[in-house]
Amino acid sequence: MADLAPVQVFLQERLGEGVLEVHRFRGDPTVLVRPERILDALAAVKEDPWRFEMLTDLTAWDRYPTEPRFEVVYHLLSLSRRERLRVKTRVSASDPVLPTAIPLFAGANWFERELWDLFGIRFVGHPDLTRILMPDDWEGHPLRKDYPLTEEPVEFRGYAPKVPSQTIPHVPPRRREDR
Amino acid sequence: MIQRETLTINMGPQHPSTHGVLRLILELEGEVVVSCRPVIGYLHTGIEKEMEFRTYHQNITLVDRIEYLSSYHEEFAYCLAVEKLLGIEVPKRAQYIRVIMAELNRISSHLVWLGTSALDLNVTSLLMYCFRDREEILELSEMVSGQRMMPGYFRIGGVQEDLPEEFFPRVRAFLDEFPRRLDEYEALLTENLVWRQRNEGVAVLRPEDAVRYGVTGPVLRACGIPYDVRKAFPYSSYEDFEFDVPVGQHGDAYDRYLVRMEEMRQARRIILQALDRLPDGPVLVEDRKVALPPRRELVRSMEAVIHQFKLVSEGIHPPKGEVYAAVESPRGEKGYYIVSDGSNRPVRVRVRSPSFSNLQALPVMVQGGMLADVVVAIASIDIVLGDVDR
Repeated sequence: MADLAPVQVFLQERLGEGVLEVHRFRGDPTVLVRPERILDALAAVKEDPWRFEMLTDLTAWDRYPTEPRFEVVYHLLSLSRRERLRVKTRVSASDPVLPTAIPLFAGANWFERELWDLFGIRFVGHPDLTRILMPDDWEGHPLRKDYPLTEEPVEFRGYAPKVPSQTIPHVPPRRREDR
Repeated sequence: MIQRETLTINMGPQHPSTHGVLRLILELEGEVVVSCRPVIGYLHTGIEKEMEFRTYHQNITLVDRIEYLSSYHEEFAYCLAVEKLLGIEVPKRAQYIRVIMAELNRISSHLVWLGTSALDLNVTSLLMYCFRDREEILELSEMVSGQRMMPGYFRIGGVQEDLPEEFFPRVRAFLDEFPRRLDEYEALLTENLVWRQRNEGVAVLRPEDAVRYGVTGPVLRACGIPYDVRKAFPYSSYEDFEFDVPVGQHGDAYDRYLVRMEEMRQARRIILQALDRLPDGPVLVEDRKVALPPRRELVRSMEAVIHQFKLVSEGIHPPKGEVYAAVESPRGEKGYYIVSDGSNRPVRVRVRSPSFSNLQALPVMVQGGMLADVVVAIASIDIVLGDVDR
């Protein structure tokens, strides 16, 4: 692993066991940390000399059915040093909870609401964790892999809604406690 | 004893000045805004979910619909991300063509912003002038891609077709005329007393707030931070071109106006350089596992037919991994984060939209200001609701 970015080496030294994995794919430096150390990692690289002061993006993806199920991805940008860094962490399906990053980056507010809305990941300490894109009374979290992609029936004569069954491999019934 | 009470009013989602379906819950004390809470999601289409069920090529059609005023940038960012995932290099000519189309698109998008934001302040004639110029760009787009909006022109590995012969004289004629037109618009607005009073010192965003909220694009540059993806992380041969990044000082609506006006001139400069130095060569990669074979090969080569069939029916299989690629769209940093598991469909496509982050800073801009200035603030961040809600 000779081609690691200096910031990756720094995080490895700073967090020790807290860092689970480091890699560079197509030049993007990525650090995977334990969920309980995520704020430490973000705070550490926000300081001098790294100065990753802007949270460009905060998102997640569903690794269903692998555990821990959700991978939460923070894209950081250093405006002065013109460098990007991707910090990731993983949370389990049974308890998808992370601390909020709002004290570090105010912009995390809406991103975290979006993650709650679309993935059902909760952020402890968030002042207003409500749905942001979906309607308030929506059930379920649409970007989860076990949430089906369905087609709304359209009222035309002779029209049968075609739900491509091959694209929906597994549709378990929606549970109430998923709300 | 006098009691002070605040009044909560609802603005939108159907309101002409919100440029789409944006709802604001405003708390007012007299005419002063005490707090502002944007409510979004009225245009949420679930494109990110839909993209997980389509092949990489099919998704180009979908991404066009996100930021509909600058579809070329949308395709640009998506294709760059997939190409980064595949690890392929796009031919030089295709890179230049992409730059030309993207910069034309930047001009047309800024023209819509100029026209509509002037309309919000009752400068009605400017809207017609701007749309006249934009019409010319839309026709150029139709000439190149067959579509005025949502072109679907970029392909993974290049562009769909070479620029047609008749494109060149027409784009040059437009670019020759364009600075004169811009001067006219600036003569209408820049020193206009009403325009200045309504924009100067309004919707101020401090640079530290802009950074905290992840604001990018002209809004960030108007605060004095010279961050432009084209300069910071050059893509698609932007390093070949000479252009300036205009920067403001005060972070108010007026500086945003000045920055965007200058950006249009700089965009013209880039297009002219790209037209002058347009290299010869193919416009699509030769790799048959990525790009469709040319039509003429299909009648002669069985192999080409097989490749065509595999690409159309199954699509490409990028290696396992994750990438983030960004372009400078007219609104800021437009990024795509794609996770691939090695199959022909992406596991996750995340659209990092500049409007979303920029809109989040709106409450900071309008708090303590007048209700009437909220309209100016919304216009000056230039949001596209399709981009906010995705």
